[in-house]
Amino acid sequence: MSGLIVLVIVAYLAMLFFVAYRIDASTRLRLRVANSPTIYALSLAVYCTAWTFFGSVGGASAYNIQFLTIYIGPVILMPFLWFIYRKFIRISRAQGISSLSDFIANRYDKSIGLNRLVAILLMLGIIPYIALQITGIDKAIETIVTNNGTEQNDWLSYVDTSFLVTLGLGYFIIIFTTKRFQEKEQNTGLVGAIALESIVKLIVFLFFGVYIVLYASDKPQLFADFDASKLKLNPNNDYGQWFGMIFLSALAFLFLPRQFELGVVTAANERKVKRAIWMFPIYLLLINLFVIPIAIVGNNMFAGHKMNPDMYMLSIPIHLNNGWMALLVLLGGFSAASGMIIVATHALSKMVSNAILMPSFINNRFVLNRFKDRNHKIPVFFRRLSIFVVLLLAYLYHKLVVADFTLISIGLVSFVAVAQFSPAILGGIFWKLGNKYGAIIGISLGFSVWLIFLIGPTILNLNVHGVFGTGHHSIRPEGDLITTVLFWSLLLNTLGYIAGSILTKQTALEQNQATLYVDIMNYSTEVDSGVVWKGTAFFPDIKSLLSRFLGERRVTAELNHFAQKQGINLEDQDELDSRLIGYSEKMLSPIVGASSAKILISSVVKEEKLSMEDVVNILEESQKIIAVNKELQQRTDELKRVSEALKLANFRMKENDLLKDEFLYTVTHEMRTPLTSIKALSELLSDEEDAMPEEIKKEFLNTILKESNRMTRLISQVLDLENFESGKHQLIIDKVDISELMQHCLQSLDGVFKQNNIQVCIDIEENLPDLEADHDRITQVVLNLLANAAKYCDKESGKVWVDISRIGSLLQVKIADNGPGVIPELREIIFEKFFQAKNQTMRKPKGSGLGLAISKKIIQLHEGKIGVNTNDPEGSVFTFSIPFTQNRD
Amino acid sequence: MTGKKILIVDDEPNIVLSLDYLVRRKGFVPLIARNGMEALSVANEHTPDLIILDIMMPDIDGYDVCQTIKSNPKFSHTKIIFLSAKSRPEDISKGLSMGADKYVTKPFSTKQLLVEIIELL
Repeated sequence: MSGLIVLVIVAYLAMLFFVAYRIDASTRLRLRVANSPTIYALSLAVYCTAWTFFGSVGGASAYNIQFLTIYIGPVILMPFLWFIYRKFIRISRAQGISSLSDFIANRYDKSIGLNRLVAILLMLGIIPYIALQITGIDKAIETIVTNNGTEQNDWLSYVDTSFLVTLGLGYFIIIFTTKRFQEKEQNTGLVGAIALESIVKLIVFLFFGVYIVLYASDKPQLFADFDASKLKLNPNNDYGQWFGMIFLSALAFLFLPRQFELGVVTAANERKVKRAIWMFPIYLLLINLFVIPIAIVGNNMFAGHKMNPDMYMLSIPIHLNNGWMALLVLLGGFSAASGMIIVATHALSKMVSNAILMPSFINNRFVLNRFKDRNHKIPVFFRRLSIFVVLLLAYLYHKLVVADFTLISIGLVSFVAVAQFSPAILGGIFWKLGNKYGAIIGISLGFSVWLIFLIGPTILNLNVHGVFGTGHHSIRPEGDLITTVLFWSLLLNTLGYIAGSILTKQTALEQNQATLYVDIMNYSTEVDSGVVWKGTAFFPDIKSLLSRFLGERRVTAELNHFAQKQGINLEDQDELDSRLIGYSEKMLSPIVGASSAKILISSVVKEEKLSMEDVVNILEESQKIIAVNKELQQRTDELKRVSEALKLANFRMKENDLLKDEFLYTVTHEMRTPLTSIKALSELLSDEEDAMPEEIKKEFLNTILKESNRMTRLISQVLDLENFESGKHQLIIDKVDISELMQHCLQSLDGVFKQNNIQVCIDIEENLPDLEADHDRITQVVLNLLANAAKYCDKESGKVWVDISRIGSLLQVKIADNGPGVIPELREIIFEKFFQAKNQTMRKPKGSGLGLAISKKIIQLHEGKIGVNTNDPEGSVFTFSIPFTQNRD
Repeated sequence: MTGKKILIVDDEPNIVLSLDYLVRRKGFVPLIARNGMEALSVANEHTPDLIILDIMMPDIDGYDVCQTIKSNPKFSHTKIIFLSAKSRPEDISKGLSMGADKYVTKPFSTKQLLVEIIELL
């Protein structure tokens, strides 16, 4: 068993290494992970630690499901997360924020003192929490080993597994948070590994839950004595406590360093928050789904035994002799604990390094100069040192103090600790007047209360470790104590913050930072805004300073990028403008911390004291830059629109050109047909004049004549159309008697009708008024339509109908035939000139292909409409309608 | 050479008129088709030695007729001359890519056409 445990944990750690390594090694993968909102949402589930994994069941076993409040809090917070996180993320990106303490210190005068205070207090608050996770792992392994029973002297019980596990995790943290240190760090590999851990712990919990429910449903006694009505979310009927817990956990979700790290610092963009808003609550729901059934089964299974309910998750499968399930649960618990240890240690180590170690190093000129050539290695070294220190302290705390606390209580103590930063942070982003002294006073007051009432007792009980067995619940910090301390500490904290802020004055820098924090949404993320600075600096100084900490290559690349974006030439400038100074500080900030960055920059810059007026001016300036930028953007958009329109116009012109070409081609093509006959026939005639029989000669000559007429007609029609289109043909409006016009047309086609045996039916409404129209043009249209009808009507017994009627102010002329009709697809395009040009395979029976196009043009010039429809049951009906009176001016 | 069958395919009767006379005069046997469908059935029936083929026709166009003929082993010795008003270079190369042996544009010279016919037969 022990061998398997070691194997499983080592294999799991190896998998974490592998995943993180693969992500970091491939740019493509790194981008995908960094931009994935799902991975972001999953990584936030680092909120669920060993406390969730083992402790929830422990809590539920005592009929107290108050543990649920710590999930209700974040769920209630979710809808507001968009407003808060978006601000956090923007500020952090604009200012190069690397940690929670940086976020606070940067707002309040970039104060090193405050940065240090926050870092130290967070160490006090979080290290026990990390220790708790180590204890969780330790207890879990111990439970399996000692309850296994078969091997009384298991070798693993002599090995300090917690130490080895801590060592392994420390190595992981060092590899994946400090390796790519000089680059813009996002620690994507780490984020991916944490998201994976969230999946593992959830799946294991669900799997185990289903297993228990299935198992217990076979054994009714396991559910027997449980009185569901005894389950109480609020056992003492203390709504203050209930509300306090929810409030506390919401604050903890916002300000726990590990949450801030994954939710804000490494979040590349704010849009990802939207996914977390709905996904994270679902995660919480799922991981709590089986807590109560497991607790019930555990209580009944171990009734009368002395069994730590926190370990039911493990003792149940062991009791059932299911070793594999126990191992699986251990793995889930390990993933829950290790995720927290990794991220919390990483976040804390950044603070320790950037807020405590780095500023001391930088302030010490002697040391700084001594290591001048190795400056760039210092931040990495400090970071690694910090990781070691944090983990060592956590391990020691685990060994010396934690021992018998339930998992939940220490977590809650940590929650109360981080809650102390809420006035300074929330005040910092919503209240411009909040200042450094207010923050320091508030935080100090709040933490004093926390120390005295929550930590004090645990320290005092160090000596009575031995009598501190189960059952001494009174000594542990319980719910009511937690909420009481929370209330008083936060009250004093907030009052101190407000009073301190009102009673003392902000510096100019602070005022600037306050504006940036509170009004961040007004500042474009693109503009390198918020630089309040006046003085002189020289490019080589800045560059060598940056290179010392960031490496020459990256600095050159970044500065060139910046120069290009801002359109300035760096080499030309001896004296630098404030934008570059701000940018340099932002570059340094993630590596050495905001406060240290400020010290470093001011060491090479001759700064002048800023007056309040300067601050206002500079801020106005940057607002103006934003305005100018906006205007520029508008101009660009407008230009884009115009150029789009131009493109379209050009496209249309080309299309028109193409149509014209096509028209020309079709005209020449149409002319070629009669020309071909004429040419061939006349060649034959001239070649064989003598040998050719007389009647053939006659036929040929006749045909030549007909084809010549056809060509003449075509040419005049092309010219006609062209003249209509160019406007050369004007209508000659006159009074027209439409029935007389129709009779006239029918008469002229009488020969054709008779010759083809076509029956013509005429229906003309009586007493039609005279029509204002161009007599000759309308005649042209009517003739064209009649000729078409004659051409297309039934070959055997052709029929043509003519119908003229009045519809309101319109004259309607219908000419129908009983031919094959026009298929719907062609009803529009037969009115286009040479419509068959686009349908090369479809050729019209005979004619120029221009008749209908010309007719349409003429009707349009009369403000009328022309169209074709189906005759019932077959054949086609051509209809045109024109107003009786023409509006002429 | 006399007695060889030449199929004339064109929907323009006056062009057919001149071609019919020209072909007959030189001792060939003219066959007439006024559209693609008719062309295929006449060709099937008489297996002509040469086809003078218009491209733009109401039902099946000349390209399809040409491809159908050329892909049938029965017509392995049948030559095809496209006779078309389509005179752009891309029209000509398309016609030849369909397997036609010659491409003559309208309006054509009777003498030239005759030379092409004799050359092919």
